[in-house]
Amino acid sequence: MNRIAEQLTLSASDNPNNQLDGGSSNTCGTGVQFELASGNNPAAFTQQYTDVKSEKDARIKMDHGTTTLAFKFKHGVLVATDSRATSGNVIASQSVKKVIEINPYLLGTMAGGAADCSFWERVLGMECRLYELRNKKRISVAAASKLLANLVYRYKGMGLSMGTMVAGWDESGPGLYYVDSEGQRVVNDLFSVGSGSTFAYGVLDSHYRFDMSVEEAKDLGRRAIYHATHRDAYSGGIVRMYWVKEDGWVAYPLEDVGELYFRYHPEIKLTHAAESPLTAQRAA
Amino acid sequence: MSYDSALTIFSPDGHLFQVEYAQEAVRKGTCAVGICCKDSVILGVEKKAALKLQDSRTMRKIHRLDEHIFLASAGLVADARVLVDMARVECQNHRLTVEDAPTVEFISHYIASVQQRYTQSGGRRPFGISTLIVGFDPNNTPKLFQTDPSGIYYQWKANAIGRNSKTVHEFLEKHYAQDMSESDGIKLAVKSLLEVVQTGAKNIEILVITKDGNRTPNIQEIEQTIKTIEAEKVEEAEKKANKRKPATPA
Repeated sequence: MNRIAEQLTLSASDNPNNQLDGGSSNTCGTGVQFELASGNNPAAFTQQYTDVKSEKDARIKMDHGTTTLAFKFKHGVLVATDSRATSGNVIASQSVKKVIEINPYLLGTMAGGAADCSFWERVLGMECRLYELRNKKRISVAAASKLLANLVYRYKGMGLSMGTMVAGWDESGPGLYYVDSEGQRVVNDLFSVGSGSTFAYGVLDSHYRFDMSVEEAKDLGRRAIYHATHRDAYSGGIVRMYWVKEDGWVAYPLEDVGELYFRYHPEIKLTHAAESPLTAQRAA
Repeated sequence: MSYDSALTIFSPDGHLFQVEYAQEAVRKGTCAVGICCKDSVILGVEKKAALKLQDSRTMRKIHRLDEHIFLASAGLVADARVLVDMARVECQNHRLTVEDAPTVEFISHYIASVQQRYTQSGGRRPFGISTLIVGFDPNNTPKLFQTDPSGIYYQWKANAIGRNSKTVHEFLEKHYAQDMSESDGIKLAVKSLLEVVQTGAKNIEILVITKDGNRTPNIQEIEQTIKTIEAEKVEEAEKKANKRKPATPA
């Protein structure tokens, strides 16, 4: 539960089994106990030793190099990410899994700190399962994303770095939320997160339509990731794509962006949108 | 050794006497009845006679927990107040974290959990109330749940709590029909309350909840319903009398 709800609810203080928050409430109760950094102000302590903005080399740098995207369309939600991890100027890995399978019908993407994303999304998976058992129905995407947002809000200012999209299908259709460690939680039909997001947005915004077919959506996602990896040094590797439909998500075979270059590069030379095959596809 | 003074001690034959005594307190409270109909749910309560100098508007027996969830209690009114407030906070908490309206089952489970918690801690006594929780789920199905001081909760098609609840419940078992209309439901609620409320319409309060809202029939409507019920009773009695009369020879 978030801090405000915690103050207002009476159950937290009553429950002798209380750990982090009111375990008797069905809405949220994380059993995760956390050792915070010693001292009174963990946030200030952490800030001394981590730094994103300045170039001071002595500090721990958090990597945000990535391109992840997700968009809702008529047939569900398409999620696509790259797979490169960088430490400074070194490519640490080209095969990172940036899509986290929370449960068979919910996906989360990873941008920012890999450990933060994967840990908290696994905790989210546990909470979603508990919700299902307590309430005898699947959790909605809105509720799942809110749980995640409230979980990380408790650590606001303490150095968590996470920009994730929660995608799924619930009773009200396809759902997509963006949640980050600053406490932001917004809903939209289309998101792209990471250092390559600007490039991906360019491609997505030019060709996105809600009533795309599944094949068109896959092509759009693949293209957007490809173009981001082409221009952003911190994105690359392979395209991981998932389609979330009514009965759960399906994962697609991986595609190396190096090979996609030969597929898409000739098209970049086209200067007129009219000559683009995507436009021809749309007109057809 | 007396086993009834401490809450956290079982008696040798497996009773928690404090809980049972709380249930006795419930049996002293005014009656409340709940009935699920096809598209509505009816809550009827026995209103205690307002004393002359008292403002009767401040004597609330039916409390609203959320948009479409209402609660009626029988037993200690002060305990009801506390529990109702806890439930209201929990409803809003649910809306805040899950971004959706709570189901009737959810809030009944919560209230029952609170009541159960107070049967298992030291230094506390159980809540001296049973509740009837009625309302509509987000998928527009009418629901009725009942909780009691032991912390159990069950779903019912129709039930009664409080004074003479056994009589009313037996009456409901005899006369309840599946998928009743709203007016039939109101009639049944009034009829069943009349079994125990002798003084008529001014001591009966009805709340009708539909998926779109709720309304409180005013006293004239209840009086009209009572008149209809009496008329029907007279008809029934006449029919029975005619059956008993021997057929006139042709």
